[in-house]
Amino acid sequence: MPAKKSTRPAARELLFGNLWEFDPAPESAPAFIAPRYGLFINGKFTAPKSKKTFDSISPRNEEKLSEISLAGPADVDAAYQAAAKAFESWSRLPGTERAKYLFRIARLLQDRAREFAVAETLDGGKPIKESRDFDVPMAAAHFFYHAGWADKLSYVTPGRTLAPLGVIGQVIPWNFPLLMLAWKLAPALATGNTVVLKPAETTSITALKFASILQDAGLPPGVVNIVTGAGETGSAVVNHPLAAKIAFTGSTAVGKAIQRTLAGTGKRLTLELGGKAANIVFEDAPIDQAVEGIINGIFFNQGHVCCAGSRLLVQESIAEKVLSKLKIRLKTLRTGDPLDKNTDIGAINSKAQLDRISELVASGVADGADLYQPTCDLPKKGFYFPPTLFSNVTQSHRVAREEIFGPVLSILTFRTPEEAVEKANNTHYGLSAGVWTDKGSRILKLSTELKAGVVWANTFNKFDPTSPFGGYKESGFGREGGKQGLLDYATLI
Amino acid sequence: MLNTPSLRQFLNDIGTVDAVGIEERVAKYGTRSIKKSAKVFGLTLATTMVDLTTLEGKDTPGKVASLCLKALHPHSDPTIPTTAAVCVYPAMVKHAAKYVKGTSVKIASVATAFPSGQAPLKTRLAEVRAAVADGADEIDMVINRGAFLAGELQLVQDEIAAVLEACGSSTLKVILETSELETYDNIRAASFLAMQVLRPGDFIKTSTGKTSDNATLGNNQVMLEAIRDYYFATGIEIAMKPAGGIRTAKQALQFLVAVKETLGDAWLTNTRYRFGASALLNDLVRQLVKEKTGAYQAPYTFSESSSAY
Repeated sequence: MPAKKSTRPAARELLFGNLWEFDPAPESAPAFIAPRYGLFINGKFTAPKSKKTFDSISPRNEEKLSEISLAGPADVDAAYQAAAKAFESWSRLPGTERAKYLFRIARLLQDRAREFAVAETLDGGKPIKESRDFDVPMAAAHFFYHAGWADKLSYVTPGRTLAPLGVIGQVIPWNFPLLMLAWKLAPALATGNTVVLKPAETTSITALKFASILQDAGLPPGVVNIVTGAGETGSAVVNHPLAAKIAFTGSTAVGKAIQRTLAGTGKRLTLELGGKAANIVFEDAPIDQAVEGIINGIFFNQGHVCCAGSRLLVQESIAEKVLSKLKIRLKTLRTGDPLDKNTDIGAINSKAQLDRISELVASGVADGADLYQPTCDLPKKGFYFPPTLFSNVTQSHRVAREEIFGPVLSILTFRTPEEAVEKANNTHYGLSAGVWTDKGSRILKLSTELKAGVVWANTFNKFDPTSPFGGYKESGFGREGGKQGLLDYATLI
Repeated sequence: MLNTPSLRQFLNDIGTVDAVGIEERVAKYGTRSIKKSAKVFGLTLATTMVDLTTLEGKDTPGKVASLCLKALHPHSDPTIPTTAAVCVYPAMVKHAAKYVKGTSVKIASVATAFPSGQAPLKTRLAEVRAAVADGADEIDMVINRGAFLAGELQLVQDEIAAVLEACGSSTLKVILETSELETYDNIRAASFLAMQVLRPGDFIKTSTGKTSDNATLGNNQVMLEAIRDYYFATGIEIAMKPAGGIRTAKQALQFLVAVKETLGDAWLTNTRYRFGASALLNDLVRQLVKEKTGAYQAPYTFSESSSAY
């Protein structure tokens, strides 16, 4: 046996040491990221009229990945003009023809899945395990699913059919860059709309790479236009007079601002905003699987998930047991280089987000909550934050009220089901919730009482193209996915 | 234990298992990427954990002799360690003793009317005593699944206690035969029934290898978590042996990752974890030699057919 020493701990403790340390296992497939990207307008990559660019860096080591064009108002206008022109023929194309394009896009994405997964990880910082096993396959699944709908629009509602709206302006976030693009593009294209899409400024690369898939698929020019940039570009996209509808996923503050500017314009709007989901664990729950679900609920994608289970509500009688099992489980989570195949928690998306997480965690400590972080060696360069638990949290703490959007779990307790529902609903948000119990009737009861767009039972963070996703209250309105998602991109005739 | 509690009452105490959740958990073990020196360490460790097994009606003293020699010298490469034990029927214990007594390789023997256990308790105990008398260091018993499924939990536990007594100083491994218990809840309950009477260092074991469904990452995980919970409750360290169906080195590494991430470093040793297997050793050695030489050797280098050691 190779001689590596491990020391036995004293009292009833499990030792998760370095007896069998895994060697680095970096994903080596090339990402094919161009040094510079233009704007994708009318089927071609074009230099920005604004003549401005900005750098896209990798949060994994802060190295520059590519130079991205900054779209000004003139560029956004060009994109809308191209989309409006393309709409004339695209909207009249038979559904079967539009379906062919969507199927082709889905297959091309599958063909290049590994390359896209690596690019997504480099650009956004999520573990390669997740971009490879979740983001890219799920993005392809959304195109496949909506390809199936394209020629069946007259069967969505009995006696009526769906007509497209026109040019859709879409603004997407940085947490699931490619997947959010798929969630937005697939239903819009299936229903015969054309699109101007703006990815988040920190994660433009997979959207721009995706443009090459659109070219390979032979999608008619102008049907999809991708303009890159930050808030100002986004506001130009939202405010353009040719937009028939705006679809936005992002923060509640920006969502509210968009809603204000669109008031009275007649443009349609769907918003998918923040969340502060409650994960409710009853004493009869299968504890080990609940612990696994809690971990998956909050540490998936470093907690950069709008529906993350960031508030754990656990019944008082088992609170201590659950907390101690969570701590043990945290010891085997691997935080570090997202490109390593064994990494469970990767890099925080940006310096700004890392600062925000640090600030909120400091406020939790100041408010008097108990902090727990496992010891882990974080890489020197890049943006990293260790998985964090807060116990003894009360409803008034900022860590229990504000969306942290990071790997931070706030643990609260409850005594009765009624109290659990009350605490779970005591938030401005209403995107998702989780219920853990062996009692089926309780799940059904709670699912109607919890004001959340999705209620997961004995699982968490499960997505499917067939299942509509969206929120209540300040988590937004409109649904994405399923039959309901189609209706938000069409008018009934 | 209380007086003959129902399974439901027992599960209230020890907690239940969600099948979907546990299978999702164990699927993640398969995504761990184990390379270079970590791979060599894992393969070597797995080799030291093998209970090299032959349990056939056609076993002969000659077959057992070559099995023992293979356990002692899995390969001409001296850096490849010996296995933990050989595992044979009681009638073969004395033949195995000739080769491995006094070496690092232990003699394990299945007893208690293996694999069905459908014999009077008196007969089963006599079989255990005979195997121990012939030199068995370890006894692999089967639980009374009929009694378990009929709800006679106390009887199941009493029988385990009786076998334990018959073992004397030999280590006991309690085979739950997971595929006949069928549900994860049952497997967890049976694990606790056994652990409550076992000594530190005794084993719970998944299967006989004689049914269609044997060791899986799922039932392995349920049992590892039972061992962990029991350890925290009592301080008693129970060992684990998955058996049957683990044929490749890759599978063995996934089971070891489960141990590493559930019970930690203290269980990554052959006094706490074993593989009951016959074909596995060949693949472990094949992969170890491949790591060293960079090339796969011809199958006959590893006495490929498991019936031709």
